[in-house]
Amino acid sequence: MDLFEYQARDLFEKHGVPVLAAAIATTPQQAHDAAAKIGGKVVVKAQVKVGGRGKAGGVKVAADAAEAQEKASAILGMDIKGHTVRTVMIAQAAPIDSEYYLAILLDRSNRTFLVMASVSGGMDIEEVAHTAPEKLAKIPVDANIGITAQKAKEIVAAAAFPADVAPQVEAVLLTLWKVFQSEDATLVEVNPLVKTVDGKIIALDGKVTLDDNAGFRHPDHEALIDHAATNALEAAAKEKDLNYVKLDGQVGIIGNGAGLVMSTLDVVAYAGEKFGGVRPANFLDIGGGASAQVMADGLSIILGDSDVKSVFVNVFGGITACDAVANGIVQALELLGAKATKPIVVRLDGNNVIEGRAILKAAAHPLIEQVDTMDGAANRAAELAAK
Amino acid sequence: MSIFLNEKSVVIVQGMTGAEGTKHTKRMLASGTKVVGGVTPGKGGQSVDIDGHILPVFNTVSEAMSATGANTSVVFVPPKFAKAAVIDAIDAAMPLVVVITEGIPVHDSASFYAHAVTKGTTRIIGPNCPGLISPGQSNVGIIPADITGSGPIGLVSKSGTLTYQMMYELRDIGFSTAVGIGGDPVIGTTHIDCLRAFQDDPETKAIVMIGEIGGDAEERAAAFISEYVTKPVVGYVAGFTAPEGKTMGHAGAIVSGSSGTAQAKKDALEAAGVKVGKTPSESAQLMRAILGR
Repeated sequence: MDLFEYQARDLFEKHGVPVLAAAIATTPQQAHDAAAKIGGKVVVKAQVKVGGRGKAGGVKVAADAAEAQEKASAILGMDIKGHTVRTVMIAQAAPIDSEYYLAILLDRSNRTFLVMASVSGGMDIEEVAHTAPEKLAKIPVDANIGITAQKAKEIVAAAAFPADVAPQVEAVLLTLWKVFQSEDATLVEVNPLVKTVDGKIIALDGKVTLDDNAGFRHPDHEALIDHAATNALEAAAKEKDLNYVKLDGQVGIIGNGAGLVMSTLDVVAYAGEKFGGVRPANFLDIGGGASAQVMADGLSIILGDSDVKSVFVNVFGGITACDAVANGIVQALELLGAKATKPIVVRLDGNNVIEGRAILKAAAHPLIEQVDTMDGAANRAAELAAK
Repeated sequence: MSIFLNEKSVVIVQGMTGAEGTKHTKRMLASGTKVVGGVTPGKGGQSVDIDGHILPVFNTVSEAMSATGANTSVVFVPPKFAKAAVIDAIDAAMPLVVVITEGIPVHDSASFYAHAVTKGTTRIIGPNCPGLISPGQSNVGIIPADITGSGPIGLVSKSGTLTYQMMYELRDIGFSTAVGIGGDPVIGTTHIDCLRAFQDDPETKAIVMIGEIGGDAEERAAAFISEYVTKPVVGYVAGFTAPEGKTMGHAGAIVSGSSGTAQAKKDALEAAGVKVGKTPSESAQLMRAILGR
């Protein structure tokens, strides 16, 4: 889960990373009050989980509370690269001397953690990495040792931070590691980390990604979920513990196993090229079990999607036998009754496939059509969606 | 021959007394795997009757190894306790540890992986994987044993069901070993480890490699194939239609910005001379053409 800047800031503050006074606002009036409370010059910042908001006009300096209200009024509701601004952060303004960059992240390639540090902060770090890689120090961090005082010194030296800020940057690294480790983050980024004109080091903007798998030891992370941005179908699926992602096509997809479902989406899109660009409407992995109830839950989510014109159920019977899956489909359609209205192409293969196909044939449900191969079934589902 | 797993593999099940552990211990025994016991902290000294096999339960992997001579462990422990279980196995110098558990926090996986590297005596496969099978010899994990028999193809895949699908498509030819390496961001055994082992295994004549979006493991594997692998490799990559920034089922299956796309992986593999099918069936056909079957 990616956090908003203000949520990252709050986690920074909780773990002792130096940040500026700030508050959030969802109305211009709240922005006014927050600015008045902070006092003096403030920055009004759009809270969106996408880069480039400054260029899009989502970050404005305001001299006082009245101006903060005015700026917030302009920014709230703004669309930045498809993200609607629902919240602004009002932050104390800081006179900046220098901008630096620090990040701790999961390095998948090397299966370890990595610190990236640069004294050329403030700009797009991917750009720095690309055009001037020598300006971006990359130092691996052992997962079982973490960032120690000695490691922090090593990082600061590698990135060539000026001597006058070195002790402060080292201290920030130690606190950022606390954020990274104790919150189960996969990314903690500060860009920019600034030196103010009076020589203080402050995390001015932050990005944090938390590991969804670690939710069980962070009940407080639940409150960080952005429900406003969650698609209604995705929210309904989540309530049923289904692994569902809404896409923009017309063929509803149900399958078992993440890899097979991803592959099913591709095969449908590939087949759909012949039918005017028909595409998959969703990702839905019902897992190994595929019981009648899970199948019914899955089908009802997909049939509730008005974009869906046909459904493709693609199951390989591995642990679960195809006869159990076939019974699941038949019972699911009984449970759904009149709510099931769209053609359903079923491809069963694997364990007990003969029995499974026979069950569906005997059920003779008017919506169900069986095709024996994955490619053939994808083709048929795409054809039905194009009708 | 085979890789990582053979008829000499002697297996213990960590988490055998749990529902998943019991269910799959039954299936492993039924497929001829030498399962000799289990580990559940606090239940040491008990024994479990699984379809007439009386299996002892130990408190630690180390006790289980001394008592049974096990050289392989398979982990069905829930995410909360998985790290402790894997560390226990690494500390006991268990040679092969197969972690089936899905949903382990990546800080925990990174921690036990780093620990295994430091110790240098354990190969981890997974987590979030279906395990591996050397048909006719041993089956560790949850891969159905009855899809196909032994043969000349080696298979390595991030995905469980795509592994089963591919084994099924090529069931008349058979496999030396099929390894499901798992769909998490940090895994113990990579495509490269398997490609190296298949290249060095005299019984493996050709290799199927299945990848998916996320990370750069396939690109690195492509570079490795160019420099090391002389056996024919057929590829398949899932996730061409996955949108940016969305996790597609597997924790590691996510396109971030412009990195981790299926197209980049396919391009890298093809540049390394790997034939990549558009669908699993097409990849299977490419393999048939190579083997003349």
